[in-house]
Amino acid sequence: MDYSIKIGGEAGQGIQTVGDTLAHIFARAGYYVFTHQDYESRIRGGHNFYQIRISDKPVSAPRSKIHILVAFDNESITEHEKELTDDGHILYDATILKEKYDKPSFLHVPLVELAVSHGGSKIMANTVAIGAVIGMLGMKPEIMYELVKKTFKKKGEEVINSNLGAAKAGYEYARKNCLTCSFMVSGFESPKMLIAGNEAIGAGAIASGLKFYLAYPMTPSTGIFNFVAENAQDFGIVVEQAEDEISAVNMAIGASFAGARAMTGTSGGGFALMVEGVSLAAITETPLVIALAQRPGPATGLPTKTEQADLLFALYAGHGEFPKVIFAPGSPAQAFYLTNKAFDLAEKYQITAIILTDQYLADSQWSFESFDLGKIKYTDYRTRGQKLKATENYKRHAFTETGISPFVVPGESKNLVVTDSDEHDEEGHITEDASIRIKMLEKRLFKKMPLIKKEITPPFVYGKQNPDVVLICWGSMYGIVKEVVDELSDKYKIAMLHFSEIYPFSENLSWIDKVINSKIFINIEQNATNQFARLVKMETGINIENHINRFDGRPFTVEELKEKVYGYIR
Amino acid sequence: MATLDNYKGRQPAWCPGCGNFSILKAFNESMVEMGIEPYEFVIVSGIGQAGKFPHYTKCNTFNGLHGRTLPVATGIKLANHKLKVFAVAGDGDCYGEGGNHLIHAIRRNIDIKLFVHDNQIYGLTKGQASPTSMKGMVTKTQPFGVFSEQFNPLAMAIALNCSFVARAFAGDIEHLKRIIKEAVNHKGFALIDILQPCVSFNKINTFEWYRQRVYYLDEDYEPTDRVIAFQKSLEWGDQIPIGVIYKVEKPTFEEQIPVIKDIPPVQKVFNINEIEKLLDIFY
Repeated sequence: MDYSIKIGGEAGQGIQTVGDTLAHIFARAGYYVFTHQDYESRIRGGHNFYQIRISDKPVSAPRSKIHILVAFDNESITEHEKELTDDGHILYDATILKEKYDKPSFLHVPLVELAVSHGGSKIMANTVAIGAVIGMLGMKPEIMYELVKKTFKKKGEEVINSNLGAAKAGYEYARKNCLTCSFMVSGFESPKMLIAGNEAIGAGAIASGLKFYLAYPMTPSTGIFNFVAENAQDFGIVVEQAEDEISAVNMAIGASFAGARAMTGTSGGGFALMVEGVSLAAITETPLVIALAQRPGPATGLPTKTEQADLLFALYAGHGEFPKVIFAPGSPAQAFYLTNKAFDLAEKYQITAIILTDQYLADSQWSFESFDLGKIKYTDYRTRGQKLKATENYKRHAFTETGISPFVVPGESKNLVVTDSDEHDEEGHITEDASIRIKMLEKRLFKKMPLIKKEITPPFVYGKQNPDVVLICWGSMYGIVKEVVDELSDKYKIAMLHFSEIYPFSENLSWIDKVINSKIFINIEQNATNQFARLVKMETGINIENHINRFDGRPFTVEELKEKVYGYIR
Repeated sequence: MATLDNYKGRQPAWCPGCGNFSILKAFNESMVEMGIEPYEFVIVSGIGQAGKFPHYTKCNTFNGLHGRTLPVATGIKLANHKLKVFAVAGDGDCYGEGGNHLIHAIRRNIDIKLFVHDNQIYGLTKGQASPTSMKGMVTKTQPFGVFSEQFNPLAMAIALNCSFVARAFAGDIEHLKRIIKEAVNHKGFALIDILQPCVSFNKINTFEWYRQRVYYLDEDYEPTDRVIAFQKSLEWGDQIPIGVIYKVEKPTFEEQIPVIKDIPPVQKVFNINEIEKLLDIFY
């Protein structure tokens, strides 16, 4: 069982509501779910779609072929009818589309009419559509009813009942009228969790003791802001919308200096404004975590689409020379655990940690059995409480063996905490002394960097031992490349090398043997200039000559990428 | 109790005769007279001659970037509202580079005291016009004189209903001390614009120039009337009023955030068990 459902229409028609509800029904029923979205930078009109893939096996990427297309506009049909499988069906309402289609693959469901007759209002048309999809798939409707009750719990009995009526009407209509629907779905299993990349970063931050989230809204990072704000009350988090990204990053640095875990999130344009703050955090040795959700640039670019073109920008962000870490999770699970690691390393080494994602990962939802909270690491590296009472003659930037100076919480003792964006002495006071400058740079960079490198996990190797073909990728390409490897494993000795802890490189470079002993290695990135391959060359000297790039703002489907890989190995 | 000795910081690198010296003296004396210990507050400063201020006294210090004093100060105050937070900036720093932050810090009414060392010139970069430079002032980078309207920080602050707006003059230390103390005792955001002659680069707005023009507000001046305060803030030229121009009581930003009302976030101990219910959201 492996079905893809696409819901298409104009912004404002409720595509996301229908998609989200269906995705949650499937996860609750125990299926593996993968969703992704393609939307435009507008609130009304245009063409958008929401795609859901469900299976009884783990899924981590979109497919090209569609089994059910829910068309809320005619453009959905002209654009996507060609993606339909042989047994695929298009669900539409001839009154909404003002057109009747007579082909057998089309199922007219009177969404509006049923909404009015069974739900009491045409607003329920989307609920009818949800019921109809569940009916077409031949799933049992109980979980759908459960979810409708949960979704409208706050709106009262009347709204719940109207929606239940609408869902039921859609379900029964589809069961009765879709005579050619022949989908086979497996039975219910234990519910799975369904989580998007942005939510996973927010949850990972909260699990790491986040106390502050300061940001300026910017697509596609705003989902993190929304998630943290929704949970602020329950977990005691201060959220503030700054006047601009410069303010957001400086507020985060201020809160962190004061002794609380702080984070900001943005996309490329906002990150450009934050860069001076990255440099400030570096010289003041203030822990800072930034989520950078990429979208295609330059400038405003394609605001709601995806790209991996800010890797080298993030790497070089900030004037001067200093250490930082960059993590690029490949899935919501990786995003959850790596956000925790980002906080831990930022606090431990008093550096900036960047979590680099993109619109594709930020917005796509994956299902998991669960996350392991036992893997979450929390150590309070600050000097406070009892430890603070024993501290005397405190120097904020004291020279130490590791380069890490104790960080006292200001105001909690008589010890003064002094830091400066100018070069400073051990106490934190401004200085231009050459020998202190050299020692400070050595402390911040040369002493810390080797220790940080030891913390980094080497890339994830997936697939055949001693492979002939190695696919190299990073960040959000994980799920797609993994599925391509799965599909080609029968014919080829193929493996994936996925980097999620992308800077600095781990001390462990054993993966290099795999690459150089293979017959062909191909680098796959969603950008035009092979930025990761450049980083590999810089760090290891290995020159990658084969590249698959995409920079139209849309993610690969498994089939599309497979074709490209074939192009090299066939 | 802290004494003036406890407030002795590093040797200042300011020009001899700089107006900053009297601000430093007034600040240190105010702290001692108010019984405030150096560890009880933090000064966030930016870049410029004023930015060096915290190094020359004794306190928790964040000497950050040019223009960014208020965002850093805001972050600190939100993390630990039990800590007194002062911001020290120059006119270029706060009214130029950081102008946007000033507007929004006033809107938030976060309990930060902002001291602006306003010398109407850029000192550290050697004599370019600042937002408060008067029209017509010729400098190396304004060879035809300043064309832009002179920035009026007090009028802008009152327009934004800033909770405490005052002007002081570095040439009158006792008066400046009274203003500092009143600002520190006020609840809410306070802007104190301190006229501070730059002896090296501003040959127009000298000690003498200010001395001839500044006057104290009348004893019966009522700083709570916003319209009168606005009119007062427009006075500049032959007569420059000094004193507390405007004052209004209103809730601070931090008071209104439910999660920090009782205990500052820095004092909250994080417990990993708290997050067990977090993942329930996703089922």
